[in-house]
Amino acid sequence: MRFIRTKAVVAGLGLALSLAACGDAGEDTEGADVEVAENAADEFDDGTRMKELAEAGSIKIGVKFDQPGLGFKDAASDVPTGFDVEMAKVLAADLGIDPETDVEWVETISDNREPFLQDKTVDLVLASYSITDERRQVVGQAGPYLVTGQQLLVTADSDISDVADVKGEEVCSVTGSTSLDNVEAEGAKPVGFDTYSECVEKVLDGTVQAMTTDGTILAGYAAQNEGELKVVGEEFSEERIGVGYSQDYPEMCQWIVDTITEAYEDGTYEEAFEATLGPSGVEVPELPEMDSCE
Amino acid sequence: MNAVLDNFDLVLRAFGYTVFLFLVSAVISLLLGTLLAAMRVGPVAVLRIFGTGYVTLVRNTPLVMIFLFFQLGAGKIFDWLRFSWVDIHIGPFDFTSFFSAAVAALSLYTAAFICEAIRAGVNAVPLGQAEAARAIGLPFSGVMSQVVLPQAFRASVPPLASTLIALLKNTSVAGVFGVIEAVGRMKGFTNDYADQRWGIFLAFAIGYVILVEIVSLVSTLIERRWKVA
Repeated sequence: MRFIRTKAVVAGLGLALSLAACGDAGEDTEGADVEVAENAADEFDDGTRMKELAEAGSIKIGVKFDQPGLGFKDAASDVPTGFDVEMAKVLAADLGIDPETDVEWVETISDNREPFLQDKTVDLVLASYSITDERRQVVGQAGPYLVTGQQLLVTADSDISDVADVKGEEVCSVTGSTSLDNVEAEGAKPVGFDTYSECVEKVLDGTVQAMTTDGTILAGYAAQNEGELKVVGEEFSEERIGVGYSQDYPEMCQWIVDTITEAYEDGTYEEAFEATLGPSGVEVPELPEMDSCE
Repeated sequence: MNAVLDNFDLVLRAFGYTVFLFLVSAVISLLLGTLLAAMRVGPVAVLRIFGTGYVTLVRNTPLVMIFLFFQLGAGKIFDWLRFSWVDIHIGPFDFTSFFSAAVAALSLYTAAFICEAIRAGVNAVPLGQAEAARAIGLPFSGVMSQVVLPQAFRASVPPLASTLIALLKNTSVAGVFGVIEAVGRMKGFTNDYADQRWGIFLAFAIGYVILVEIVSLVSTLIERRWKVA
């Protein structure tokens, strides 16, 4: 009798441990730990959008779901990962909103970023959102918090070493992206697909000579296909990645700039970068000088 | 609207790709669809089953899946299906593997609908016509090409026009599969000129309306010309 009971206890313990292990794996989040501000609502002036959001205790943030390293969400996880997401977490935490539970992550693709901000489907957009004058006509953009440039991803045995070598060649990127326009302006023939991974496929099987987009994204794919793909050339464009907000709440701009500057000074920025874009071999950059909010 | 006017050459080239995709796919799918229809109404059981099977399989598959297959899957099975042997350049237009894969997907997909439109036409021809043709000694091919199909095509013009108009608009799927046609170009514009979204939409919508109107006009003319007095 006694023996059986011992066995039952052992079995029960084993089960409990294995369940706990499962639980741990699920909660494991990459990236920096951000501290959620307490009583954040008191920090903000009445009537500001920040105060409203802090009091509501929830926020909707638009990020990309398909860019490893910047904004990526696989089917199994609830919270996306990436540098854009980490910056979004910093902003949410400053409002006293727990990024793990009270942030609603909305997928924004390049096409719907402005409409989503205009009709308030999302409160903020951090979706590799480069700052341009045209976009600033219709939405607010604070930052940049990151400056990147586009490069070329080619097969390991390719002769292409610079953007000049792809003149007249077919180069793949996402349909309607700024990268595709830039490479077209450089004289290449644009080939547009829906996602970057389809382009990677086309480079691997030799249908196109090269693909192009931000160097940080390409580095991720090169790391995934080590020995088969490489990133070449100098950056031939400059993308200033910023935070999008609705023009109805201009007060958010200064808050975004201040919060990100603070995160840079206390090391959260570096930690976030190391955790997300670090593995692809990119050095942590200095925080770019952000545009004035006037 | 300025974005469209300032880059009007790009807009024209994009619609050029749309038109080329449409024309090439229309010709191939009309030929293939007619062949399939002949199989489906013909006397050979194996061909009839093949025709029915093809229509069932292809008509029930989303177009995007067929595109995905030709752009990313087929080349892994048969190397020639990569279409890397296609390399034609006419003026500002390049017809390479991406264009070819798009044409293959559009043609095979549309052929199933063309087949059904023509079969509807064949069914509209009174049985006595085929019997009379047989009675004067025509073989099956003669019965079809001399007697049944000419009458069937006449009855098929309105449904064929609908199918071809659908094909014209389906070419837009190619925009995310490597061909910078009208929708692919439009996405580039809305990305670059976020402040002119409505104007850009409107301009490209008008472009499609014009193209579709041309197709309907041609179909009306053919209908009128082939009408039996």
